[in-house]
Amino acid sequence: MSIASPEYGTIDPGPGPAARSEDYLWTLNFGPQHPATHTTLRLVLKLEGERVVDALPEMGYLHSGFEKIGEHLTFNQYVTVTDRMNYISPMANNVAWHHAVETLLGIELTPRCSYIRTIIAELARISDHLLCNGAVGLDTGAFTFFLYGFYQREVIYDIFETLCGARFTNSYTRVGGVSQDFTPLVIEKIRTFVKTFPKTLDDMERLLTRNRIFVDRTKGVGVLTKEEAINRGATGPVARASGVTRDLRKDEPYLAYADLQFQVCCASAGDCYARYLVRMQEMRESLRIVAQALENLPAGPVNVGIDQRTALPTKKQVYSTIEGTISHFELSMSNRGFEVPNEESYAAIEAPNGELGFYVAGDGGESAYRARCRPPALLHFAMFPHLIRGHTLSDVVAVLGSLNIIAAELDR
Amino acid sequence: MPFTPPPIDDILAALAERFGPVESSVFRGQTRIVVPEERSLETLGWLKGRGFDLLVDVTCVDYLEYPDAKHRYGLVYLLASTATNQRLTVRVFVDDPRPTVRSVVPLWEAANWLEREVWDMFGIHFEGHPDLRRLLMPEEFTAHPLRKDYPLQGRGERHNFPVITRDHS
Repeated sequence: MSIASPEYGTIDPGPGPAARSEDYLWTLNFGPQHPATHTTLRLVLKLEGERVVDALPEMGYLHSGFEKIGEHLTFNQYVTVTDRMNYISPMANNVAWHHAVETLLGIELTPRCSYIRTIIAELARISDHLLCNGAVGLDTGAFTFFLYGFYQREVIYDIFETLCGARFTNSYTRVGGVSQDFTPLVIEKIRTFVKTFPKTLDDMERLLTRNRIFVDRTKGVGVLTKEEAINRGATGPVARASGVTRDLRKDEPYLAYADLQFQVCCASAGDCYARYLVRMQEMRESLRIVAQALENLPAGPVNVGIDQRTALPTKKQVYSTIEGTISHFELSMSNRGFEVPNEESYAAIEAPNGELGFYVAGDGGESAYRARCRPPALLHFAMFPHLIRGHTLSDVVAVLGSLNIIAAELDR
Repeated sequence: MPFTPPPIDDILAALAERFGPVESSVFRGQTRIVVPEERSLETLGWLKGRGFDLLVDVTCVDYLEYPDAKHRYGLVYLLASTATNQRLTVRVFVDDPRPTVRSVVPLWEAANWLEREVWDMFGIHFEGHPDLRRLLMPEEFTAHPLRKDYPLQGRGERHNFPVITRDHS
């Protein structure tokens, strides 16, 4: 085509640049500081109108070298760092870390300790699911639902504060035991929680489970098939919502789970709504576990015996027995403490988010030679582009919330 | 009573029949096998076909300061079966100057970010990886911080990061 111009004569503009459809794409930076990412992570979204064509996740903003620090802190010191990984449920991280250390050292817990750890791990699961589901509700417009969940989290914080003095970063477990035994007041508070929480859970379900807006926003969004879930390494509620019946509490019963009755909650749809339902149902099952474990809490010592030389003896033992004094002295001195084999082992627990494992290598020293954390959120975040492709921009927050990405655990 | 995972003797026997004798050991009920680097992808693919469908983790250990270590880097592939709950740890040892191993992303998509993290932290090259970029550290970073010869407090890279001003952002 040529253009006739009175001033310049005939102009031939030539073939010109052909516009491809991807030239009209929009690039949107989502995060690192965005209220709906909840933590510091970044997504570069390619948009066509409102539809997400592709997403490029970026992470590392909160990387603080936890695994490197783990090589320099002793097994008991490092538990304070695990608090900061998934800070929504720090108790579960404490349990996971010392479960891995005790697997390496070959320590068998006392029955009372395994029951106590089971109870706190399940309370941590409830508080994690409350926040995760609450955040999904919040991001899709249900603010009241979020506050209902947050109030109950406060009750759990209160239990933890009574138990160990810290609300948030508990650092409760120790190698071969826990820092404090359950007091009657703690047991009373957990009992009250077990009694009162189902009512709130009912209220929450009535608020959201059949809410038209919420169902429309989450049903059929971010579908993960069973094959893809396994191929992409999904674990925990994300995998169970896709029909993978894998739950380490049943499949590899650790702590006291072999003695307790509970069901594994699964769904087959694999969308955000199924993940929400699985988490809601898991809270009820967790409550069942807490109630059973609390009523059947064995008596006896909470830490392993003095002869094993792993847990600090009590003050009474230190001051009145020679074994207690020696054990306390040796555990307090550097390089006189644990007998660590020149070996490596992996142990995982079913954390609220999925399989939280630690690969610990020992070299005979008092700290780990390598303390690898297997964060479930990393693999869930990696599958985010796969889940969001073809959905709209407003679905980004629904999918992100339902995967429960905690950037501190992601980056470590 | 600690849980003992289901035995995997039949798979180990079949593996030895297929690839020749393999070095295996058991510690706390966990079976580990050592696979030579040139056969790692083939062996892992075979194991995936035998039911180990879930890649739990890919990580690495730097044995620079480890007593009696024969190799510098030891890769760890943690496999699990979602059907039988069996677990298997596969070790692949590689050495300097250019530690290289075949990428398992063609087998498991889960390996994508896990291998990127190992490359970032240890500098292991994954041959055939579709997108081998740093995952946690910034792009400008040159060292691999989880190596044992890297100091805990860093080498001062933080102070030399390029500063982005508002005019250049």
